[in-house]
Amino acid sequence: MRIGVPREIYAGEKRVATTPDVAAQLIKMGFEVSVESNAGAAANYSDAAYEAAGCNVVATTEEIWDGSEIILKVRGPEPEETGRLKSGQTLISFLWPAQNPELLQQLTDQGVTALAMDSVPRISRAQKMDALSSMANIAGYRAVVEAAQHFGRFFTGQITAAGKVPPAKVLVIGAGVAGLAAIGAAKSMGAIVRSFDTRPEVKEQIESMDAEFLMLDFEDEDGTGEGGYAKVMSDEFIKAEMALFAEQAKDVDIIITTALIPGRPAPRLITAEMVDSMKDGSVIVDLAAEQGGNCELTEPEKVVIRNGVTLIGYTDLPSRLAAQSSQLYATNLRHILTEMTPEKDGQIVVDMEDEAIRGATVCKDGETTWPPPAPKLSAAPPKAAAPEPAPVVVEKKRSVAGPIIGMVLAGLALLGLGSVAPPSFMAHFTVFVLACFVGYMVIWNVTAALHTPLMSVTNAISSIIVIGALLQISSDNELVKWIAVGTVGITAINIFGGFAVTRRMLEMFRR
Amino acid sequence: MFEVNEGIIQVSYIIATILFILALGGLSNQETARRGNWYGITGMAIALVATIFGDVSQNFEYLIVALVVGGTLGIVAARRVQMTQMPELVAILHSLVGLAAVAVGFANFMGEGHYEGVELTIHDVETYVGILIGAVTFSGSVIAFGKLSGRISGNPLILPARHVLNLVLLLVVIFYGYQFVVQSAAGGGTLPLIIMTAVSLLFGIHMVMAIGGADMPVVVSMLNSYSGWAASAIGFMLGNDLLIVTGALVGSSGAILSYIMCRAMNRKFFAVIAGGFGTGGGTPVAAGGEDQGEVVPILPDETAELLANAKEVMIIPGYGMAVAQAQHIVHEMTQTLREKGVNVRFGIHPVAGRMPGHMNVLLAEAKVPYDIVFEMDEINDDFPNVDVSVVIGANDIVNPSALTDPDGPIGGMPVLECWKGKVSIVLKRSMATGYAGVQNPLFFEDNTRMLFGDAKDTLDEVFKSL
Repeated sequence: MRIGVPREIYAGEKRVATTPDVAAQLIKMGFEVSVESNAGAAANYSDAAYEAAGCNVVATTEEIWDGSEIILKVRGPEPEETGRLKSGQTLISFLWPAQNPELLQQLTDQGVTALAMDSVPRISRAQKMDALSSMANIAGYRAVVEAAQHFGRFFTGQITAAGKVPPAKVLVIGAGVAGLAAIGAAKSMGAIVRSFDTRPEVKEQIESMDAEFLMLDFEDEDGTGEGGYAKVMSDEFIKAEMALFAEQAKDVDIIITTALIPGRPAPRLITAEMVDSMKDGSVIVDLAAEQGGNCELTEPEKVVIRNGVTLIGYTDLPSRLAAQSSQLYATNLRHILTEMTPEKDGQIVVDMEDEAIRGATVCKDGETTWPPPAPKLSAAPPKAAAPEPAPVVVEKKRSVAGPIIGMVLAGLALLGLGSVAPPSFMAHFTVFVLACFVGYMVIWNVTAALHTPLMSVTNAISSIIVIGALLQISSDNELVKWIAVGTVGITAINIFGGFAVTRRMLEMFRR
Repeated sequence: MFEVNEGIIQVSYIIATILFILALGGLSNQETARRGNWYGITGMAIALVATIFGDVSQNFEYLIVALVVGGTLGIVAARRVQMTQMPELVAILHSLVGLAAVAVGFANFMGEGHYEGVELTIHDVETYVGILIGAVTFSGSVIAFGKLSGRISGNPLILPARHVLNLVLLLVVIFYGYQFVVQSAAGGGTLPLIIMTAVSLLFGIHMVMAIGGADMPVVVSMLNSYSGWAASAIGFMLGNDLLIVTGALVGSSGAILSYIMCRAMNRKFFAVIAGGFGTGGGTPVAAGGEDQGEVVPILPDETAELLANAKEVMIIPGYGMAVAQAQHIVHEMTQTLREKGVNVRFGIHPVAGRMPGHMNVLLAEAKVPYDIVFEMDEINDDFPNVDVSVVIGANDIVNPSALTDPDGPIGGMPVLECWKGKVSIVLKRSMATGYAGVQNPLFFEDNTRMLFGDAKDTLDEVFKSL
């Protein structure tokens, strides 16, 4: 099947749905890949690179849309693009079916099979296809870069000849994928990072990144909703939360907000008063700007300054890191296509039994298949019912009676043996027991690395049994003689073979 | 020809004994080991020369021919054997010791005796025991050889009521032992001896057939031990202290190795010998039954990048490396990485491979310097500082459930805790379980990447990308 990758026509969109590296892997899976000329230019992927990867670079938009069975895009189709889609084509892109019901209806009516990358369920098996996480990761990182750009000071603290520079204090609200990425980026630039989230289970994740988790002095309320996302909290909780933010706003230099609840406008967390209370030169990056903003004053897609505080409301942060986000997004697409191409023959199968594919498929063969049935598993671990009871360690007292009885019995057996056995036997027996002890002492000193040579050398010396055969070889009894000759032969194999192979092995042990 | 009297023979035997002890003692480290081997050779030569000149009065020509033919065969085998086939070679050599014990025992029984009364009884018992152990060693080693070389399936063969069968065989052996002593006093006894030998052979076959592939290190060291006890028993029979001492040395050596192997698997010796490991004796195994999560595959070039950017790399080889003959490419990779300043080390689990110390020999063959090869106990605490662990064809020895699930089939077994490092890369042909038949949660850890394919081929690709 032919995959078509058109150039994104949404204003300011720099990403592209596949990169030359990923395209090469798609071709390996049996697909043909056509890329519109200049599709990757804004993300620094040249037409030449695509050609080198084996893609067909096409000059006109029509050719892409008409000649491909599968269309890969980043943004959902614009109206003029939607018109180009035909029945039987498969579209994979971000679609946001909840926000764009008309688009979904139109795609259904046109008989298009559409997979929404934003609807891939949050199950662990589908993590590699989760483009939302990929993009959120980039947004979080880029948010810190944007903040640093507008912040007039270092992030890291320094003691220089010219005096001491305090480190910047960064507050990250919402520790999802984007929040954690922001924490990591800010931390690695040297800032002091604090973070807040309504879901207590992320405390560990925040602390694992060496940031401080702000505890709310509030009775337990778990903010974990379906699929590991956050949910709406109670009024009292929000009140306590707001008090915390008001207090923090006076202290910190940079606030990055990433709080989102699926399918709802972004919660208002930073009020105008809090912004006013911040120090001059402070920066707020509002990652929820598109959904209305976590901060009362942010304006989507703009940078505004109010009272000396810079408010950044960019909604296209992933696009601002186009090469990186294209690469991750393209990889997510590749994973979903791999999942859909079980035979690796370039033929996709939309398997509605596959939970991941089912979740992403919003319409198929003229039918709307969104929303999907609820996913069975949550990405978040199930809430522990109770702390596990500490394992009770029952130390078994080893009875001393056992060994003592054993020793007594062994002693009696030896006495019994000694009472009947002739002295010659006892002499040999003494030698035997002593030799066992010598062996025990010597062998414990053998280094574990040489256990194989140990086995081969013991093999060789145990062939000392040849002496038994040598004593019999001079016998006049023909049968005994021949048995002895045979025994000498096989023990000779063992003696020579054993020592030779030991030598060969030991020669190999070199520093 | 000069006269070698009894005193000279005794002195030679004492010297040989001391040299043998020194040979084993020399193995305490790699530097003295080579000298130790020469001690062993010298000791053997002294003992042989003394016996030949002292006790052999005729048939020298046969003796020389037997020595030359056997010696040639042995040296050729030693030269030709691949290091990956060492366990097989050791097993077949064990079988020869067993066979020799049986042969010497029979020959001695057939030769004219000069014992009477209690002495005769003791001598008969010694003969009987020597042949018994020898026969078990022989047939058991032959089966072990078959299993190790793949001529016999590595799966444990579990007969119904096998414990009862073993018990019956044991009773039969004891019964005929009594018969033998009684009949021997009257001048006969050949028939019970032959029956017992046949029963012992069966017993050896049955015992090793019931043991699974992963327990082979225990079996091989156990047979090593048996071959020693067989020599010792023959020594008693002949009244020869050199044989007794050497047999005891070898016997205790094998016993200690068996013990070390069992401890490394947290298994009781008798549980291993009773056999049936890995076939779901005990708790049923939920192999892949529950959703363990997602395994994340990785490509060779990505692996190369990870390795090249790491500071501390730990390589954990298993039997899979031996099967794939990947030790040479592992060495080349190690060399390249070390030249780049990456600290590459090897972590060896005591039961990795099919024989104690198997991995060390393979790595030594590939010229990996032995001072970067470490035992599990030496490096297990270092894993938190390791950037990349590479697990090559190993499974159960890196299974975290050994620690988390004390009641599981491998519960309590000490394992290499590679998941504590930053990233683990697991080279594997498929998602199949290891010998213990336990699913390995390591594969589903967030910081584990799976590199599927034949270890040698994939490492070749990794090496090219380096």
